[in-house]
Amino acid sequence: MTEALKKLPLDSLHRELGGKVVPFAGYEMPVQYPMGVKDEHLWTRAKAGLFDVSHMGQAWLVNPHGLGPQAHDWVATCLERLVPGEIKALGRGRIRYSLLLGDDGGILDDLMITRPAADDAQGELFLVVNAAVKDRDFAYLKDHLVTTNQADLTIEHDRCLLALQGPKAAAVIAAMDPDAATMPFMSMRETQLNGIDVYLSRCGYTGEDGFEISVPNTHAETIARTLLTHEDVAPIGLGARDSLRLEAGLCLYGHDMTPNESPVSAALTFAIGKRRKIEGGFLGADRILREQAQGADMIRVGIKPDGRAPAREGTSITTGNGIEIGKVTSGGFGPSVGGPIAMGYVPRSHAVPGTDVMLDIRGKLHPARVADLPFIQPGYYRGPTS
Amino acid sequence: MTTKYTEDHEWVKVDGNIATIGITAHAAEQLGDVVFVELPEIGKSFSQGDDMAVVESVKAASDVYAPVQGKVVEANSALVDAPEGVNEAPEAGGWFVRLELADPAQVEALMDEAAYKEFIAHG
Repeated sequence: MTEALKKLPLDSLHRELGGKVVPFAGYEMPVQYPMGVKDEHLWTRAKAGLFDVSHMGQAWLVNPHGLGPQAHDWVATCLERLVPGEIKALGRGRIRYSLLLGDDGGILDDLMITRPAADDAQGELFLVVNAAVKDRDFAYLKDHLVTTNQADLTIEHDRCLLALQGPKAAAVIAAMDPDAATMPFMSMRETQLNGIDVYLSRCGYTGEDGFEISVPNTHAETIARTLLTHEDVAPIGLGARDSLRLEAGLCLYGHDMTPNESPVSAALTFAIGKRRKIEGGFLGADRILREQAQGADMIRVGIKPDGRAPAREGTSITTGNGIEIGKVTSGGFGPSVGGPIAMGYVPRSHAVPGTDVMLDIRGKLHPARVADLPFIQPGYYRGPTS
Repeated sequence: MTTKYTEDHEWVKVDGNIATIGITAHAAEQLGDVVFVELPEIGKSFSQGDDMAVVESVKAASDVYAPVQGKVVEANSALVDAPEGVNEAPEAGGWFVRLELADPAQVEALMDEAAYKEFIAHG
């Protein structure tokens, strides 16, 4: 691949902030700022971190027969063919985490699906997909839904996506938009921040409370600079984003899940709706529902090394006598955990938390244990406390 | 006692026939927060350029090469429990190993401080 790397709309801001820029998913992305990965990670867990995730794909799936209060069912039903989540009964203004499935039930991507709140926006679904596979995803959606006249797909080329994550995020956003304070976890509002129209979603990829802000490119820098003036807000790079999501037990597409894994082997059965389990009707449903009933051969688990040596992606997971039973798919150091953490695939027989395994790190076997995910106590918003 | 440097960003300080070895401040800064150090066993011999130790930051694992031939006489076990020592004082308390030199002339051939500075500025 010699394709030129794309620049984020806020590229010059990242450089001005001292961001160290590296290639990621076809973009030049800030991997860290002068604070450094570890402190950026800890800052996000304690205060609020601002992430630029504008590389991700944003698009609208639209009912081609028109919008209006009755238009949701059609587009939701069409999309449900490709995802195992409950989309038809998704509430207005609510977000669902789901999985884009291939013909055999393999995971092509994970994505956020939002049903807008407004009457005149019913029949539209807002999709946020991973940067690395967004072109493939959009081509796949067109192939399955657009060429068959089931839906239209409008890709947003001119919007940034900023994420503000951490326990102080709600207070920072609420200072500009008081109603944001009590937005439910996994909900979205079309609102204004300092007079700028945004889609404000209460979700994220860190295990903390937080928001994602979809904003037109023309106004993204204003929003970012306004957020950064707050004493609790610091810019955070991809390095800390990765350690934060790993501690939170969240998958990185292409690493912790690929088209070879199903939602069951990836331990994402929570993403299969109750009605969908009974009705099926999504690609690969036979395999997925069979695996759900019988168990998958290999299962994604958390892994906690006993010692200090991090087990990186690709590390062999072995039995006590060194026979390989699986591989680490994400691994490193968890600053909030204060030690190494990993995720990987092991046979069902070894998937129970507490199971002893070994990790082959540079030819030496290091003891480790299958661990519950997440590694940290998540800080997701659970409603007003009073 | 002068300090010499390698293109792989190790430093070497010689006292008699013992060389103390670590990674340079530049390398430590590039690595970021060091979270793990793997050190060789006492008595192990290395040829120049052999993988001798491992240093891992939050971001990635890197090999530390033997800048000269020699036998390990001491390893900085404090780094095992406090790997952040590499960032705090990379060219002092954050040293990795002490080697008994096999060929002191190998040290002479390494870069001096001025040459290393030139190397990291333009290399």
